[in-house]
Amino acid sequence: MIEIHEEKCDLCGCCVGVCPENCIDMTESRISIVDAICTSCRKCEWACPFEVFKFKNDKVRLKATA
Amino acid sequence: MKDSYDVIIVGGGPAGTTAARHAAMGGAKVLVLEKDREIGVPVRCGEAVDHEGLAPFIQPDKKFIASEIRSFKLIAPDGTVVKPNIEGLGYVLDRKVFDYELARIAADEGAEIVTKAYVDGVEKRDGTVTGVTVQYQGNRLKLRSKIVIGADGVESRVGRWAGIDTTVSMHDMESAAQVTAANIDVEQDTCCFYFGERYAPGGYLWVFPKGNKTANVGLAVAADRSKQKHALKFLEEFMEEMYPNAAVLTKLAGGVPCAETLEKITMPGLMLVGDAAHQVNPVSGGGIISGMIAGKIAGSVAAEVARSNDMNLLGRYEKEWRDSLGIRHHRYYGIKKVIYKFRDSELNSIAAEISKLPEKDQTLGALFKQAVVKHPLLILDVMKLFFA
Ligand SMILES: Cc1cc2nc3c(=O)[nH]c(=O)nc-3n(C[C@H](O)[C@H](O)[C@H](O)COP(=O)(O)OP(=O)(O)OC[C@H]3O[C@@H](n4cnc5c(N)ncnc54)[C@H](O)[C@@H]3O)c2cc1C
Ligand code: SF4
Ligand code: SF4
Repeated sequence: MIEIHEEKCDLCGCCVGVCPENCIDMTESRISIVDAICTSCRKCEWACPFEVFKFKNDKVRLKATA
Repeated sequence: MKDSYDVIIVGGGPAGTTAARHAAMGGAKVLVLEKDREIGVPVRCGEAVDHEGLAPFIQPDKKFIASEIRSFKLIAPDGTVVKPNIEGLGYVLDRKVFDYELARIAADEGAEIVTKAYVDGVEKRDGTVTGVTVQYQGNRLKLRSKIVIGADGVESRVGRWAGIDTTVSMHDMESAAQVTAANIDVEQDTCCFYFGERYAPGGYLWVFPKGNKTANVGLAVAADRSKQKHALKFLEEFMEEMYPNAAVLTKLAGGVPCAETLEKITMPGLMLVGDAAHQVNPVSGGGIISGMIAGKIAGSVAAEVARSNDMNLLGRYEKEWRDSLGIRHHRYYGIKKVIYKFRDSELNSIAAEISKLPEKDQTLGALFKQAVVKHPLLILDVMKLFFA
């Protein structure tokens, strides 16, 4: 589970740049994660300069391999 | 906005508007799409450039120059200061005005620029990029073009939508925070760089003066070393320690792709430029000038492709970039890997040796010799990088 503290987000794009799944959307005014694609790798959480993301449990959701 | 152009550029930063200028100069019908409501805002940058890099693109002008830089200070973790004797002139820009100017020049050449236009995908046919989809004034429009130029900065999603993996590794992404602060006493012609784990692990901290007791104070931390403590926290601690009376006028976050240029920066119908192509000096993190250099090449080539419909010409952009800056960035990347391995104790002892010398002898050469004693590393090169 990811909590996104949007009020802290500065829309800088750093998290988007490191997300291996390209599942973070960033418009002029909002950041959002496409949950269905996110693998909970936590790279966005670590890269964010402003601590916007908080992962609730450490269990990594593995991407289904078809 | 029409529904078809020769060249569509996504992103109105320095790389995008420089590409627009040169594509338009080459006779192409050009559209720039920018998601923010205003070109140049928000600023996400330390704003430092060197005169030699800037002058070929735009006549340096007071209206976008906040201060002129004539010296550097390098500060070791224990506070030892080295003041290398450096020739040359640098500037701290006012990027709001600067980016605006670049856009205006592109417009004068005939480029159309549209803000509040969010590109959310690319159109492809048979492996060739044929346009973009854009959200604009409540509608989702499909726009066609012969060439799309992805100049969308560190997010670099245009490339990914088209099928180029532009993800920045955690090791190479610099996670940055900066304030523009007032009421701080700094020398107005000197840029200061602080090195070491205590300030910015895997990066550095900068103080760039902007006139009238204001300065950009920022730092960047390697993303893979910021799990415990994020960039903003490092910065807040530094401000508290060094400038407790400062007023913070703006505070920003940022990401800098301090990597080598992407292996693939073109595909049929598409070119990537600037941060989107990882065309940043991997040691200094400077990307304004290199983005403009890439933009100029890409724009000119795009105009030729539009004229001739020959996609093979795209290779010319790749080649010209690699022959000019790409190859240097490759070398700098090697240097970066070494410098970020220095421990604080090593940085301290290098700085201590140098600072014993009379000021006139605190040259890059001396710094270099000391560094070589500690490490087989060309720190001379390293220091040149900050303003070259
Ligand atoms: C904190 C910090 C300090 C820095 N300091 C310096 C420095 O002192 N000197 C230096 O030379 N460089 C510095 N840099 C790097 C420099 O800012 C960048 O390299 C430079 O801005 C890159 O230019 P660009 O045109 O490639 O991208 P950007 O300037 O990032 O422009 C990209 C544009 O694309 C737009 N965009 C993105 N996605 C979309 C979309 N889907 N649709 C429409 N528009 C979109 C964005 O809104 C943005 O305006 C710094 C960077 C940071 C973060
Ligand atoms: S890195 Fe953090 S501040 Fe920047 S856009 Fe992502 S969530 Fe927002
Ligand atoms: S956790 Fe990983 S996959 Fe999910 S949004 Fe963050 S970076 Fe992307």
